[in-house]
Amino acid sequence: MAHFDPNARPFSHQWLNDRLAVDTLKRVLSTEYWIPKNINFLWAMGMVLAATFGVLLISGIFLLMYYIPDTKQAFDSVNYTIMSEVGYGWLWRHMHGVAASVVFLIIYIHMFTGIYYGSYKRGRELIWLSGMLLFVSFSAEAFSGYMLPWGQMSYWAGMVITNLFSLGSLDFQGLVEWIRGDYVPGQAFLGRFFMLHVLLMPLVIMALIVLHFGTLRLPHVNNKDGEEIDFEAEAEKWKAGKRKEAKVIPFNPVFLSKDTFVLGVYFIFYFYLVFYHFEFAMDPVNFDPADPLKTPPHIYPEWYFLWSYEILRPFPKDPGLIAFGFAQVIFFLLPFLDRSPNVAPANRRGIFKFWFWILLVDMIVLTVMGKVPPIGIYTTIGTVAAWVFIILWVLLPFITKAEKPVRGHK
Amino acid sequence: MSDRRDFFGKVLGAYAGLGALGALYAAKRTWDPLPSVKAAGFTTIDLSQAQENVLYTEMWRGKPIFVLKVPKQDKKAYEDKRLITVGGDKFFIAIGLCTHLGCIPAYYPDQHKFICACHGGQFDAAGEVLKAPPPSPLVIPPFTVKGKKVVLGEAGPEYKKLKEAGLVA
Amino acid sequence: MKELKVLAVVVFFTLVTYWGVEPYAHSVMHKHVEFKNFKYEDLNPIAAKGDAAKGQALAAACAGCHSIKAAKMPAPMDPVTASATYGVNPPDLSLAGALLDEKYLAHFLKDPTHTAMVAHKFKNKPYPMPPMATDDQSAADLVAYFKSIAPKEVTAKEAYEFACGRCHEMRYAKWTQIGEEPKTKPNIQTKMDEEKLKFQEKLAQYKDHLVKYLGKLPPDLSIIVRARSEDFLKTFVEDPQAQLPGTAMPRVGVNKEGYEKVFQYLEEVGDPSKPKREAVGPWVIGYFILFTFLAYLWYKSQWKGLK
Repeated sequence: MAHFDPNARPFSHQWLNDRLAVDTLKRVLSTEYWIPKNINFLWAMGMVLAATFGVLLISGIFLLMYYIPDTKQAFDSVNYTIMSEVGYGWLWRHMHGVAASVVFLIIYIHMFTGIYYGSYKRGRELIWLSGMLLFVSFSAEAFSGYMLPWGQMSYWAGMVITNLFSLGSLDFQGLVEWIRGDYVPGQAFLGRFFMLHVLLMPLVIMALIVLHFGTLRLPHVNNKDGEEIDFEAEAEKWKAGKRKEAKVIPFNPVFLSKDTFVLGVYFIFYFYLVFYHFEFAMDPVNFDPADPLKTPPHIYPEWYFLWSYEILRPFPKDPGLIAFGFAQVIFFLLPFLDRSPNVAPANRRGIFKFWFWILLVDMIVLTVMGKVPPIGIYTTIGTVAAWVFIILWVLLPFITKAEKPVRGHK
Repeated sequence: MSDRRDFFGKVLGAYAGLGALGALYAAKRTWDPLPSVKAAGFTTIDLSQAQENVLYTEMWRGKPIFVLKVPKQDKKAYEDKRLITVGGDKFFIAIGLCTHLGCIPAYYPDQHKFICACHGGQFDAAGEVLKAPPPSPLVIPPFTVKGKKVVLGEAGPEYKKLKEAGLVA
Repeated sequence: MKELKVLAVVVFFTLVTYWGVEPYAHSVMHKHVEFKNFKYEDLNPIAAKGDAAKGQALAAACAGCHSIKAAKMPAPMDPVTASATYGVNPPDLSLAGALLDEKYLAHFLKDPTHTAMVAHKFKNKPYPMPPMATDDQSAADLVAYFKSIAPKEVTAKEAYEFACGRCHEMRYAKWTQIGEEPKTKPNIQTKMDEEKLKFQEKLAQYKDHLVKYLGKLPPDLSIIVRARSEDFLKTFVEDPQAQLPGTAMPRVGVNKEGYEKVFQYLEEVGDPSKPKREAVGPWVIGYFILFTFLAYLWYKSQWKGLK
């Protein structure tokens, strides 16, 4: 039964504690939220992602004050009003564009860290799945956001990607038109993607972040050796003052201090890009206003979609769509395709080590091939890389089933 | 030992707060009215074709502006110090919003007065209150006379004199 | 330290991906065009020494189509009528001597079509400007005259309007092909702005004539400086056919200084936040360098004696 101290002064510590359990919250979420000590800077990527999402949200709020979601006014509302009239408008626009691109670099680093250390197994499957849902949500958020400036790339990428929904030989033109709200990307299209970008997807993302944190709580964060840690016992050691022996550290202030340092390094790099090197994130093609009568000589998605786009390209229409669908879904199945019980870094997992590095290199090759025009040797390399991707995933259950158990940890 | 740790944490927190202030400054500037909005704050009105006792309505900074060439017959209003002399004629120029709650009063030329439909307030042809509830006369905006034209938004010498005499509002 | 090795691996793969997706892919998509520094090497230097006084006499013939404000010669027609006749409004010639390359101008006066590299568009119809100089001497005289009347100082805006403004509008600078958009006020009652509508009617007619002349409406250049690289823009203006074979854009013939002024204006209008960006950048990055240092101190103090 809740007890309320009648003598507690309003808004004092005791008063707040009686009503909001602030001490318990502080312990559970902060000072007694235990993180393994055996980690490296890659463990800070989650915080970097949260900070970048925060940057996107806040810069987005200022852009939203002046952006006009009308096909005749959108381009100039961004490239004239926001870039030259609004106080520091150019800063929010640059920050938003660069952050939208860099967030995916961090997402991929975060994802591959998880794959490398086996952080998707042994109680952590839902962390992986909620994370993959976040990847899909961020992808939808990025795509819908890219439509908004209504430049040439906005229009033609919108055209091409919505055309995918005709589903090849099934020729669902009606579905494509329903999605667009019109025969081609136009006002209806812009309006609904504006809604998705500004309201629905951010809400979904925030809910998924809460879920992602929730799925972390019981299994706790992984560590560099994949060691199964008795968090209660180690926590007791720490609380007893045996800080060197304990295998865990509290999130606040110990883990947070390292997180903040990594965040600082990240922000130096990020703001360097914002001020001096932003063309990779703000493609010149999108500084031409949308023209339904002229397709740019080269259409390509943003860099983070290129590997996926390239899996579609080498194959004829229907097999291409199947391969594309496969690529979107297959990462979700990782916890279930990996048949080995080993939770250990990839370099200690026999053939899985090669599987990991080949997958990483293959995805980079697919990414680069997705950008270059599909001619000559590039088509060949792209086809090979697409097949390697498919074969790797088909082989995964077999590789991992045959994996020897990893011996005890140091 | 923990003091040293806390100290560095506090220093970092204070420094981060400084950064947040910088960001807040940029945010405040983003909220500021745009230069094009501020520049649109000047309106020129050509009075050369104005007819007597006919109310003209112009726009200035989004608000309606009453322009009335006051006839000599309306002795009380004609002598009112609030009127502006332009090319030998006397003009009443004011923001056309009732000082009670902001509705636009209508002008009745035969009665030489403004009557506000919302709560029955009345003003004479020089904007002085004839009947409550409006608490004060119709407001004269900053203006400057340029030949037969008046520029609203710019405070000229005539406006400054009226302001010092407490006659603009 | 192991962590630095991990960082090195991450940075390595990031840079490889960046290189492949940006510099490498772009080099594949856009072939390299050599920049020639506006030397116009295909045009021979004119040996003759120009006499400005003789040039002035010859220049009277230009007034048939062109205004020369510096010589108080007005335009024979308004821009819209001119565009109906010639496809485009012939430029005022006051700045020709300052902004155009000498060799180019001389050759242009002798053979406009080939010097402007538009022969491919005028195979079956005459180019609106006929040759105005019969030989090298008269060409040199005219060039000398134009140089003598050109003002010492030309603003970036004037350079743009002369070199580009009769075909390319810039809505962000309120510049149209027939001049700057006038400041107008709509009728308060009808909400219609008659003066603006009349101007837009003239502009529509001009653009119609321009499209018939060129085949396509030249793009608005408000933000071209962000839509094309600096390299593309200078090689394109120097030799349009090298970047866009078959284009209707003539080789305009600006000299190096003239181009730099034009580019300066393109930057002023298309990237107005650049000075601010370069002013604020070092402060923000500097802030985070100090932030990282303070965070490092906190981090080290927290982790002391833990490993």
